[in-house]
Amino acid sequence: MTQATEVLVPGSADEAVKLFGDGNDVTVIGGGTIVVPELANGRRSAGKALLLTRAGLAGVSRNGSRVTIGAATPVQELVGLEAPVGPCAANVADVEVRSQGTVGGNLCAAVDEVPRGDLQSALLAVGATVRSAGAGGIAEQALEDFLPERDGRLILDVSYDEPEAGSFVALERPHAHVYTALGVSAARAGDGTIRVAATGLAAHGVRLPSAEAAADDPGKAGADAVDDVSPTDDALASAWYRSKTLPVLVRRALTELKEQA
Amino acid sequence: MNLTVNGVSRSIESEPLTTLLDVLREELGIVSPKAGCEQGGCGSCTVLVDSEPRRSCLLAVAMVDGAEVTTVEGLGTPERLAPVQQAFTHHYAAQCGFCTSGMLIAAHAYVEGGGSGDHESIQEALAGHVCRCTGYVKIIDAVAATARGDEFDLSVTAASARMTNLGGVQ
Repeated sequence: MTQATEVLVPGSADEAVKLFGDGNDVTVIGGGTIVVPELANGRRSAGKALLLTRAGLAGVSRNGSRVTIGAATPVQELVGLEAPVGPCAANVADVEVRSQGTVGGNLCAAVDEVPRGDLQSALLAVGATVRSAGAGGIAEQALEDFLPERDGRLILDVSYDEPEAGSFVALERPHAHVYTALGVSAARAGDGTIRVAATGLAAHGVRLPSAEAAADDPGKAGADAVDDVSPTDDALASAWYRSKTLPVLVRRALTELKEQA
Repeated sequence: MNLTVNGVSRSIESEPLTTLLDVLREELGIVSPKAGCEQGGCGSCTVLVDSEPRRSCLLAVAMVDGAEVTTVEGLGTPERLAPVQQAFTHHYAAQCGFCTSGMLIAAHAYVEGGGSGDHESIQEALAGHVCRCTGYVKIIDAVAATARGDEFDLSVTAASARMTNLGGVQ
């Protein structure tokens, strides 16, 4: 069934925040690539549907080295950005679907048999902050703090300082429509801080603190990264396979980062 | 809600969260967009929304209220096929035909967008489209031919007993 109790189409960000309220019984539809088929095949009921199409939340802006990405920005619009964000965005779905799916939807995508939200590793690696609305009003927090408690929040935008260097590596996908089984992003901030993050290991993207601590030695960082995670089996890959390939991806990502010194 | 479909303004009665695919097929009777996987994974429902190729199964009709939608019915007519349709015919780029509507729309958008016709960029543009007959070689040939601006005499193509894929017409 595709009916909803109410379909709300806000014409501005302020109106979207007001209509979202505390998020109770609201289904947010950005690009629709995840939610619309779930509604159409009856796997989800909409309650109140909040369409972001006209809310003015799309677009990438720059202020010096600060990049701000509106929640309703299509993933495709990030493809031209510096690594790790650009290459990571280019690895999401195919060009037509990622031109429709939004950054906000990618950050809010829940596990559906496999971990989704392939962009999360890149945005974690650049230390992105998220501005979101919901109960208690508008809040700004680090993406890594936001992801575990994202239910009931409406993302407004994501921002980060362009890193000095960045890299993204992932297991190859057998087809453009498959989520990435394992993706690793690394970035070195202007102050020299190195962040390493991965998707495909948990319900959402995670930082790999042990790998970050050993970032100067990519081989050791890869081996240590396994201590930070407890991957599970799913349709894309087994926990065993992920634990064997994670060290390789971390090593490659950090080696590539070093080469950009 | 309103849509302009293939140049004709249509008022839409379906519920706002009905997929664009269902509106086209069920309400408007336009059946070139195919209901394949209905979750964005096959590409057979692709239509142009304001000139951009979009999965009609992934769009609620309320999201595209007021938009211009083009389906294969709006690309050309049987007497005057669009260049991609001519190329697909000449190169025999359809087998069972189920993916063809989506392929044609993606190919049309690729060529209109100034696609260079090199193999890699065609693959990138068609990456979301699955042909389960696995007829990709001829599909890519047809798209490259369109990008090059090749012209065909389809009366000869059609009259060839062996069709072009068997070497009947060069």
